[in-house]
Formats: sequence, structure tokens, C-alpha cells
Amino acid sequence: MEENLVTLTIDDIKVTTKKGTTILEAAKEAGIDIPTLCFLKDINEVGDCRMCIVEVEGRRGFATSCIQKVEEGMVVHTHTPNVLEARHVILDLIISNHAKDCLTCTRLGNCELQALAAKFNVLNIEFPGERIEHQVDDLSPSIVRDFNKCILCRRCVAACKNVQKIGAIDCINRGFESCISTTENKSLNDVNCTNCGQCIEACPTGALHEKETINDVWAKLKNPDTYVVVQTAPAVRVALR
Amino acid sequence: MPIGTNVTGKMVTALKRLGFDKVFDTNTGADFTIMEEANEFVERVKSKGTLPMITSCSPGWVKYIEMNYPELLPHLSTCKSPHQMFGALIKSYYAEKEGIDPNKIYVVSVMPCIAKKFERQRDEMKVNGLNDVDNVITTRELSRMIKQANIEFEGLEDSQFDNPMGEATGAAAIFGTTGGVMEAALRTAGDWLTGESLEKIDFEAVRGEEGIKKATVNIAGNDIKVVAASGLANAQKIMEEIKFGKADYQFVEIMACPGGCVMGGGQPIKNSKVRRDVDVRKLRADSLYSIDEKSVIRKSHENPVVKKIYEEYLEKPGGHKAHELLHTHYVERPKYTD
Amino acid sequence: MKTIEDIRKIREEKRKELDLRVNTKADTREKHILICHGTGCTSSKSPKILENFRKILEEKNIENVRVIMTGCFGLCAKGPIVIIRPEDTFYSNVTPDDCEEIINTHIIEGKTVERLLCKDIDGKYVNSLDELNFYKKQKRIALKNCGVIDPEQIDEYIAFDGYKALEKVLFEMTPDDIIEELKKSGLRGRGGAGFPTGKKWEITKSYEADQKYVVCNADEGDPGAFMDRSILEGDPHSVIEAMMIAGYTIGANKGYIYVRAEYPIAVERFQKAIDQAKEYGILGKNIFGTNFDMDIEIRLGAGAFVCGEETALLESIEGKRGQPRVKPPFPAESGLWGKPTLINNVETYANITRIILNGADWYSSIGTETSKGTKVFALGGNVNNIGLVEVPMGTTLREIVFDIGGGIPNGREFKAAQTGGPSGGCIPKEHLDTPIDYESLKTIGSMMGSGGLIVMDDTKCMVSLARFYLEFTVSESCGKCTPCRIGTKRMHEILTKLCEGQGTEYDLYRLEKLASNIQKASICGLGQSAPNPVVSTMKYFRDEFMEHAVDKKCRTNECKKLAKIEIDEEKCKGCGLCQRSCPVSAIEGEAREKRVINQEKCIKCGTCIQSCPFHAII
Repeated sequence: MEENLVTLTIDDIKVTTKKGTTILEAAKEAGIDIPTLCFLKDINEVGDCRMCIVEVEGRRGFATSCIQKVEEGMVVHTHTPNVLEARHVILDLIISNHAKDCLTCTRLGNCELQALAAKFNVLNIEFPGERIEHQVDDLSPSIVRDFNKCILCRRCVAACKNVQKIGAIDCINRGFESCISTTENKSLNDVNCTNCGQCIEACPTGALHEKETINDVWAKLKNPDTYVVVQTAPAVRVALR
Repeated sequence: MPIGTNVTGKMVTALKRLGFDKVFDTNTGADFTIMEEANEFVERVKSKGTLPMITSCSPGWVKYIEMNYPELLPHLSTCKSPHQMFGALIKSYYAEKEGIDPNKIYVVSVMPCIAKKFERQRDEMKVNGLNDVDNVITTRELSRMIKQANIEFEGLEDSQFDNPMGEATGAAAIFGTTGGVMEAALRTAGDWLTGESLEKIDFEAVRGEEGIKKATVNIAGNDIKVVAASGLANAQKIMEEIKFGKADYQFVEIMACPGGCVMGGGQPIKNSKVRRDVDVRKLRADSLYSIDEKSVIRKSHENPVVKKIYEEYLEKPGGHKAHELLHTHYVERPKYTD
Repeated sequence: MKTIEDIRKIREEKRKELDLRVNTKADTREKHILICHGTGCTSSKSPKILENFRKILEEKNIENVRVIMTGCFGLCAKGPIVIIRPEDTFYSNVTPDDCEEIINTHIIEGKTVERLLCKDIDGKYVNSLDELNFYKKQKRIALKNCGVIDPEQIDEYIAFDGYKALEKVLFEMTPDDIIEELKKSGLRGRGGAGFPTGKKWEITKSYEADQKYVVCNADEGDPGAFMDRSILEGDPHSVIEAMMIAGYTIGANKGYIYVRAEYPIAVERFQKAIDQAKEYGILGKNIFGTNFDMDIEIRLGAGAFVCGEETALLESIEGKRGQPRVKPPFPAESGLWGKPTLINNVETYANITRIILNGADWYSSIGTETSKGTKVFALGGNVNNIGLVEVPMGTTLREIVFDIGGGIPNGREFKAAQTGGPSGGCIPKEHLDTPIDYESLKTIGSMMGSGGLIVMDDTKCMVSLARFYLEFTVSESCGKCTPCRIGTKRMHEILTKLCEGQGTEYDLYRLEKLASNIQKASICGLGQSAPNPVVSTMKYFRDEFMEHAVDKKCRTNECKKLAKIEIDEEKCKGCGLCQRSCPVSAIEGEAREKRVINQEKCIKCGTCIQSCPFHAII
């Protein structure tokens, strides 16, 4: 039993945890909340966004806390000035390349990027620059893709490709031109998408959302000539909260 | 209220406040699905038809098999999914009974699913040129409607689904989680195959979080091999087994989303931190099992509403009328390859 | 299939036959005409030269003269190169039409074709290769066989101690012995970071697994670098042999070499080498009758620079998008398909057989305290002798640029040298005398890198240069992590602003802030080192950055948008040629009068400068 435990220090707190635990999990056990963005437990654990970086004494560069494992005697610092500055710069860069139309976004108030921006109090973009405009794909009866809001966390790709083994979407191009796309950039309606929507559940921003049809419902409800009947599925009643 | 809380009563009140003329329960539709599906299964077993039979309630899954395993389509149950069956019944039986012109009925389904938006637009999902369902909104969209109507959800009183189509069994409730359709079907098929009312109701082997749950169930002296898989990666594994003759299942349940409808693509989005710290799937699934457990009637064929409608209108499961309204067919879809 | 005795016999007999290749006093009646078939010379028609020689020899019925294709001799600027052995006569810039004369004069009459001899930097014609200043300070270890053997003949490789090191380790050394020897030799990774090779092998060996892999990184991507290509083209078997020794050491029986598809000749020759080794039973099962098995396969890279990063390379071999993985775990623990994997670069492997045969003491006697052996550089840019050079560690930059490279052409001044490619930095004049090794380069803000060495004269603008390297990284970033994907793009945008006169001093601060955070926060070596060219130029040429930012001036006029083209009143004769050449009519003035450039209209195209017969426009 003993040998499966590892003791380390995170922000001056001693933590003993199971071997194989990530720094992020160990920190949580110690009551320390390291910010993440691309991380989605069991689905996307790749360390792309770099928000979860921490300093580990004796190690060159930052450690990626969402995937790197704890080691015996490790000394971790999660909010040194260096770490905070880097997170600030990273967030700044992500926002610089993001459509900042939050007021007209389906994820307003429920956006992980917005929550981070609030936490870091990003008041102006220090590194503004070019943004590539993308056309919104709303041809699918189920899913709308707005790449202008994509932050390339690839959680959707992981959900589609690894969890569902569909691979209707993947990352194409390189560098700044990288984007999540379908084969030949076709509409989701024209590729092997099954409309399962796991990509939407995975998306931290408003880059993926359902095709909303509630305005039609409102219209019918107000039409005296229409008899409007609603039915609700079993799983709805346990998910409204 | 914690994640997964069963808010059926408040939800019904909210829907009534939104102004819907009638608030029905898709669970009742699910009981019809079991009637038809269990009957189809028993028929296939008796007549040595194509087995295993695979469930067809999950439209993401249906599109998947149409694209990826068209050769296995004969395995797919011809049953429509519960909300489509129910929509068809509302526009036929209910319209007739209440004397409403079916052309004036607008059926809205609130679903945990976005593939249902696609499903309802399929050409097959029509009876006499009328859509079974006219609009599908997700749980998220319902939540927005409630907010837009300025309804304080948490403070709402409970109310009941409307009759005459508001009664449902515990078997229907668990449709929302992986293994639930299988369990519900086994309860009914078991009774039918033995001709008795079996005490055995809980099939634990098909419950739980695993993506693939295999079990052998003994009914009337026969071992029936079943499997419930959720998530399309797991579905693929089962299909490969069937395709290459490596499977001897009789009954297969597939749901496209990992964990089933409780984790559907139309459910309210829980952020990564919540998903890291809380097992959302389990909380929602447990809540459904608890609805089942507390239900007085836990077998679909014992639902009085179901019985009544078969008596008055549908005649018998698998009958002519039932086929016209409650069954469908599938199409091979091109798979895009690069 | 050959037995170990067969191989030994081939070695002995072939070695005698080929003595003239390395011995000017060889006892032979034969002559060998060696023709460079590296990529450079091949594109300058060396295969045609070879064909012509053979044809003419046949026509003239000349016996005892063999025409041999070889790998790169190094002095690429003078290619195609033809060397005649045993006398070691060095002919440069040979064309297919020269073959007749060489045969008539050199082979038949026994005289030298003077006009084809190489002219050294001091203007003297040089007879043999060794007399060239270019070669005097070089020491060829990794390139030992390049230019000596025919890379497509396994027997020629065997003749020069080929597969002898493999024999030695299989019969005389344990894996731990090999690791000890490598550690003692002081060999460090030639891919750039300089990790001690023996230690890497030791760590990879220490992980238990049912399967392990040996990988050769031949995805040489630095602009202008071609060390690895030349080794693969000129001496492929040395890499195969070293990979086999590595496999034996760490317990792997499967090897992959990841070569970029842009190296068709290297790929072809390497495949031939693999096939020949298999035919001889050198690769395969129960090698030399032992229970050691080894198989090696080629994997082609599709041109992504980032695939030279070891973990991205592994992803690519696995058939995935070439993107780096977060380290740790390092490949030694979890590499190809999650198995322990040893990855070394081509040049590192090329040193292995030499160390095994000559011993660690011999090897560690070459080089500096911390960096042993030699390093191959691809010397390019504003330098006279462009080509491939191999020098002992500790050679100074001055020796490389001026003694070996022959200095700066056109009488210009040396301004800086860039090492390490897009991951490296610029070395200014004041560090010309730094002995080059891993540590010293790092101290002065650059890095060894894989060995690109670009020399720049004083016409080069350092801001533009920084921008050039950033442009490369921006387009080669894989796009996986935020700092590299967006950060390098933003740095490039700021540099572009500076080059176009839109920058401010605040931009310099922003550049530095971005640079330091990209270096610290990126996932892989590409991102972590991408800002290096900017950081080092800002360090040594800050005044130039300030001029761009504050004075909106580029002292080299390379930044066209900052350039101010003016007509020197003294020199202008009023001929009006410039006025007629200007595409935007920005030059004003009456006939026979001195002209003036309207700076508002001028687009800085420079046409007028070319047109002025009196050099009055600058």
C-alpha cells in the first residue's frame, strides 16, 4: 500500500496521494484549483492550451499539470509571478484570436473562456493581431459550427474521434492556420456526423451548439388555431438541475 | 438542488405555464415502444427471424448503422423511437378521441438529444403526410424557454402530466440510461415468453457505467444472451462481432451517447470542472432508477393507458394499425470516405 | 546469406582492392574516377558526367580505370566535383563536356587539366583535396566514408571496416560495455540539444518491455542544413550498423528511420542499403549466427518541420498528425506505441561505429571539455566556400568562417553568423573567437542545433532576419499549443510592423515579453526555441531594433518600406534616365537639371538605382 503513495508539496501544502495521480488532481485534493481550458477528464488530456502550467522545482520550463504525474518529493508552485504572467499571456493570445461577441453567444454566462477572462480580469488585449474569419456552418439539422469562437482546445475532436470513433471532425492545417474542420471543409451535414452532439457537450465556448428552434415553438404557442402538445423524454426530467 | 435531481413535477408545471395545450410524457411512448419491441423480439425468436435484434431508439445510432453497417440493417428493430411513436398516436388516436383536426396539432418533443432534430425530419417519420413530431427542442432549449418566460423554476409547485396519455411505468423511466431499454424489454418479453408475471424485475447486469454490458438472462428455461452498449465506439465493437459472426447475442441495445440519453448531446452543458469532480452520468442515471423503483407499475405491458389504447385502437402489438403508426424502415446512407 | 567468415573475407579482399581510395601511394595499376553524387552535384548533372566517362572509356578501350559514384565531398560550391585516385587530383565545376578532356589529358597523357583545378581563396590553383584551405582544419569522422566509397555497394562499406563494429559488439561486448564506452567517449546528441548519448541508451535500456524500438531521426528541416542528407546519401550503412548496435544495446529488434520525402536520393540509397544488408543476412534473424534479430524500415515524412521534434516524429510514424507530446514521459520510457524507444539523429549514429572501433579514449581526445568529437556544419550564406564541413568541437567561429569558409565575398564585412536554424540565434562579431561547443553557444544565446551555419555580411538587416526566422516558425508551428500557435504569429506581426516603420519602442517590450513566455510555456522544443532568433538579435543588435522602432530607419535599406532613396546632387548629371525608369513617376525635375525624388510618391522599388549610370542614387 505504502509504495503506491507519493508525497509532494504543492504551494507549501504537503499532499500524499496515489501514484499515477496528475498534479492537477493532487492539487485539487489539497484544495488548490488550477485553471484549465482544454482539459476534459477522460476525454481530452493533452495539455494543449497551457493554462494549467505550474512550476516544479528543479525542472526546466513549466510542467503541464493536467497530464503530468506526481513524483515523490516534488515541489510544485501553482501561482508564482512567472506562472501568472504566462497564463495571462496565453489567455491574452487566445482572446486575441477569438470572436469577442459574447453578448450574442449561446454560451454567454456558461463559457469556460469567459470565466477565465473574468478570473484574470483581462481588461485589454496586449497582443492583438490578425484573426481569420470563418463561415458559420449551419446546414446540419442538429449542429451549428462557428469556428470564429473556436479556441482549438480539441475537446470536440477527442469526443468525436476517440470517444465515438467517428472522426467527422479533426484539426487541419498548421500553425496559426490550424482549424477544426471536416474533410474538404464540407458541412457537417455532408460528412459522417451522426448528430450525436457529444462535440457540443465537450465545447468550452460557443463554437458548437444545437440548431435552436424555440422561436417556432413560441410562435405556435401564441397561435390560437394551433393545438400545441409537448412531450418530454425520460432523461430531461433529471437534467434540468 | 443537486445535479440529477428529479424535477418532473416542476417541469410539468413550467410547461403548462409556458402555454402548451397538453403536457404528455414520452415515457408513455416508451411503454408503447416496449410493447412493440418486445413483441418483435418474441416473434423473431419464435419464427427464427434475424437475430440478434438491435434497438432503434437512438437516432444518432440509427444514422451510424445506416452509414457504417448497412448490411446489418435487418437486425435493427423496426420500432420507431418513443417520441415518434407517441407523436403518431397523438395525431391519430388522441386527435380522433378528442375530435381535434390532426392538421392543427403541433407536437413538440423536449429531448436530451440533438439527433432527434434530424430524426423528426426523416421522410419515414410521417403518417399520411403528417409529421409525427413537428419540433424537437433540447433540454437546454427548454431551460432557456423557462427563463425567457420569467418562471422561477425552483419555486414551482409540482403537477401531473395530462391524461389520457400521461401515465407511464418505471420501465419507461429507465429508457434514459444505458441498459434501460434492454431491462424494460426483458421485463415484458419475460412475462410474455413464460406466460406469467415474473417477480424478477431488476436486471443489474445491464446497469452501471461500463460501455459494454453483456449478460445471459434465463427466461422460461431459455438462456437469452443480451448486450447493452453505449457510445458509438462501443457500438462499433459489437457490430464488428456481429458482422464477422463472432457474436451469439439475441438482443442488443445501443445508445449513441456514452452513458445513454442522460448524457445526450442536448443536455445542459456541465463545464470541465464539474465533469472532473462529479460523475454527472451516475447522478442522472441513479435518479432515473429511483423513479423506476418508486413506481407502482414497473412493466410496460401493465400500463393501463397502454392497455386501453391497444384495446380501443391499436388492436395488438405488431398488428396492422400498430405497424402503420409505430414502425418504420431504414435506408442505406453513403459513407463519406476521403 | 553470408556468414561472418564471408564478411571478413570480403573486408580483407575488397580493402586491398580499394586501397587507392585513401592511399596516394597505393600499389595499384588502377585509377578510380570518383564523382560526387550528392543532391547538389546530382542536380548539376553529375550522373551525366559519370555516364560520359564510362562511355568514353569504353570507346577508347581503356582498361584499369573505374568510374565510381560517391557521396558528398563537402565543397558544394565548386560542384560537380571529380576526384581521380590514387593521385587525389581534385577537379571542380566539371561539366559533362569536360569528360573527354579529362580522359585524354589526365588518364591518357598523365597530365593535369589545369583549368579544372580548384582555385583556392588565395587565388592559387590547388592540385589535391588535402591542400585546400577548406579541408585543412577539418576532421572527418562522421563523414569518413562520404566521398570515399560507393554508397550503393555494401562491399565497399565492408572494405572500410563496415559492420566490424557490429561484429565486435555482438561477440565481445555486453550492452553495458557499449553504454560504458559511449559514456566515456562523451558523445552527445547531434540533433541539437546535446543530450549525452550513452546516458540516453542507458535509460532506454533500463525500461523493461516486451517490445522496444530504435528510431533514427532523419527529418532534417533547418533551412540550409543538409548534414544528415549527405551522410545518408554517402554512407547509409554506417547508420544501419549503428542502429543495429543500438538495438542490441537497449534490447530492440525493430528500427525505423524517419526521412523527409524531400530527400529522394537519400531514401533510395538507404532502401538499397537495407536491401543489401538483408541479402547478406546482416539485417534479419540470428545475425552473424547470434540470437540477435533486427529489422529496419523507412518511414517518410511529409514535410512538416515539427516532425523533427522527437515526439511529433513518433506520432507521425504511428500514422497520426505530427504533433508533439508533452514530456515527461520521455520516449525512452514511452515512445512508439507507448513502448520504450531510443531516438537519435543521423549524425549521432554516424559516430557510433567509429567510437566502437577506435575506442572512447580516441574519441574523447577530440573536442572540448564538455563536447567531444566533431560536428558537421552546413556552411552557407555570405561566405566563399559554401558546403559541408566537419570540424573538431572547440574550433572557433572565425576558423570556420575565414579559414575553412574562405571569408566573406565581395569584400564585405562579417556581421553575424546564425547557428541552430530557426531554434538558434545570431552570433555577432565580438564572439567570433568563441570555441564552438554546446555550452559556449548556449552562453552566447545561440545553440548547436543540427548544424546549420549561415553567415551574414553587413548588408543584412537584423530585424528582417529575425522576421525571416519567425516566418519560418509561424508556418511550421504544428498549431497544437497556444503560445506557439498564436504567440509566434503575434511576434511575427510585431516584427513586420517594425520592418514597415509602424513600430514603437513599446513593441520591443512586447516582443520580449511574448518571447520569454513562449519559451517557457510551449509544449515542445520548436515552440520553446522559436523566439531564440529574435531574442539573440535583440540582444546583440538592439540599436538596429531601436532605429527601426524609433527613427524608422533601416541602416541596410533591406526594409524597403523604411528605405529612403535619394539622389546625390553632386553626382547627378541630369540625364533623366531615372525619371524614365520610375514606374510611379516619383522623380521630378526638368530636362538636363538635377532630379529629385518625391518621397511621398516613391514606392522604394529601387528601379532608379539600377538605371543611374553615375551611381548617384542611393
